[in-house]
Amino acid sequence: MSLADQARGDLKLTGLHKRYPNGFVAVESLDLVIPQGSFFALLGPSGCGKTTTLRMVAGLEEATKGTIHIGDQDITYARPYKRPVNTVFQNYALFPHLTIAENVAFGPTRRGAKDPAKEVKEILALTELTEQAAKKPAQLSGGQQQRVALARAIINRPDVLLLDEPLGALDLKLRRAMQIELKRIQEEVGLTFVHVTHDQEEAMTMADTVAVMNKGRIEQMGAPYDLYTNPQTTFVANFLGRSNLIKAKVLGREGTGADAVVKVDMHGTIATIKASKVHTDSDQGWVGIRPEKVLIQPEGQAIDAPGAALSGAVVVDASYIGVSTDYTLRMPWGQEITCFEQNTGRRGGLIPVGTKVDVSWRPEFAFLLDSSQDVEAGLEED
Amino acid sequence: MITRLGRWIGKHLMLTLGILVLVYMYIPNMIVALMSFNDSSQSRNLYQFQSFTWDNWLNPCEPQGMCESLRVSISIGLLATLVATAIGTLAAFALVRHRFEGRSTANLMIFLPMATPEIVMGSSLLALFVAAGFGGQLGFWTILIAHIMFCISFVVVTVRSRLAGLDSNLEKAAMDLYANEWQTFWRITFPLVFPGILSAALLAFSLSFDDFIITNLNSGTTVTFPMFVWGAAQRGVPMQVNVIGTLMFILALAIVIGGEVAARRRAKGKAAAL
Repeated sequence: MSLADQARGDLKLTGLHKRYPNGFVAVESLDLVIPQGSFFALLGPSGCGKTTTLRMVAGLEEATKGTIHIGDQDITYARPYKRPVNTVFQNYALFPHLTIAENVAFGPTRRGAKDPAKEVKEILALTELTEQAAKKPAQLSGGQQQRVALARAIINRPDVLLLDEPLGALDLKLRRAMQIELKRIQEEVGLTFVHVTHDQEEAMTMADTVAVMNKGRIEQMGAPYDLYTNPQTTFVANFLGRSNLIKAKVLGREGTGADAVVKVDMHGTIATIKASKVHTDSDQGWVGIRPEKVLIQPEGQAIDAPGAALSGAVVVDASYIGVSTDYTLRMPWGQEITCFEQNTGRRGGLIPVGTKVDVSWRPEFAFLLDSSQDVEAGLEED
Repeated sequence: MITRLGRWIGKHLMLTLGILVLVYMYIPNMIVALMSFNDSSQSRNLYQFQSFTWDNWLNPCEPQGMCESLRVSISIGLLATLVATAIGTLAAFALVRHRFEGRSTANLMIFLPMATPEIVMGSSLLALFVAAGFGGQLGFWTILIAHIMFCISFVVVTVRSRLAGLDSNLEKAAMDLYANEWQTFWRITFPLVFPGILSAALLAFSLSFDDFIITNLNSGTTVTFPMFVWGAAQRGVPMQVNVIGTLMFILALAIVIGGEVAARRRAKGKAAAL
């Protein structure tokens, strides 16, 4: 029987609220539907409530208000062992006194499986752990332990698999490899994965849908491409990748339907922004543009962009990374903006520091955010 | 020759010092073992080796009252260990796992008896027993009550440290994997804390078996093994005491070696099963 065929349900959080006895509100009336079989990521900085949300779904933390459903089944107050939910813990939480095979067989045995050996074998093969079956967790490497934690959870074929920063303890190279591995396994077993992480790249690589959380609320939710190209708040614009945010006055709307644009005045330069990427009603806003969308040319040379060019910028720093070069530019009004340029070889070298440059971008890449929002929201505090 | 020895010692200084310390620690046990084969019947000087004999080993219970005192000590030791380990383990779980009003005070009060001089504890217990009207019944049961009391603190401290080092996520993981509270305790918590409980029990037994001061004050006419030895030492220790001493040492050694061998065999068995 294929796993994906089994009747399951969407994970539905309704008005979910968590207030700790000390008054701290970790999760604020969260409404969320995670479709069955999807790979869903909860992304946010530490303390944003993503792990608390996960623990409420797992039953390790009790909701103050609201409900949790899987399909039609209300599991809000069910004991953890009564839920069709399994968790891959951040530190794996493997049972140190049991072998790998015993760890993996723990769930099926508790549920009364007479002889889980065959299933255990299959799962160990799927996670490439067959050789390690008789070892103890302490004898395994970090990546192997991570796979044991995963195997121990998915063998139970839960309706929902929760992953709490499962790759956090691995080094960068292993983490990238495991991301691909996790995605492959998710597609193979067809379970709903809810992945909690603070690593935006990890969330975007793996998940079909990413929900960006901040201060107990979901700031924005969508496919990685939509979130990245059309962020709705300064927090999302800064936390998910990087953004240049430039103060602008809104002049007015033009056109209708898909061609509708909003005209803005950025320190004297007029630019247009697609209406679908405008997220403010006020007459002020932040024009957002991703650094890799910013095009630069030494003053006077033609730029391959149909939009208006900002002139008078000066290169104050150029970091050669190999695949690209990061330029820091000082704009005439004093703000510094960032530009990532692919090293395609066309330029034949770097633009030296101190060079005056013109700056532009294709208008469809820009977005407009509400001016009342903190321009530094979501930036790493270090 | 001397310089070569000097060089060798220089090269192996750590090893040499380590061996010297071990020799220093084990000399008393060696002497005891040697004396257990001493034929003391010919001499007044008990602490000098006269001639070799098996007699002490063949008739260990010859000195009057010695084996009876040993039996009393072992019974009290086993009972005190059992009760103190049970109470102490439960107390350790409460202190580590539950947040309650007065937890830190309770922690301190558990620790306090260990810091109290035995002579103070022993005499206040005696005062208590007499005041409670048990002055005439001092003996096996009063000793047992006293031993359980001072063993509990040591058990709590030993089990508590083991329990505190236990990742509470393991229990959450077990619950997440369909184990109810009962199964979680017996499958995960208990096996992981068991080494701590076992060492607490061994510690409790040796503390109880060993105790002299508190026991002496609360024993009435009952004589434990340490009290027998103390009493006998006034006249001259019978060589059979050395037999018991050697046996106890061998027993302890056997427990340690047995544990080590079992652990190694387990590790090897797992490796062989691959």
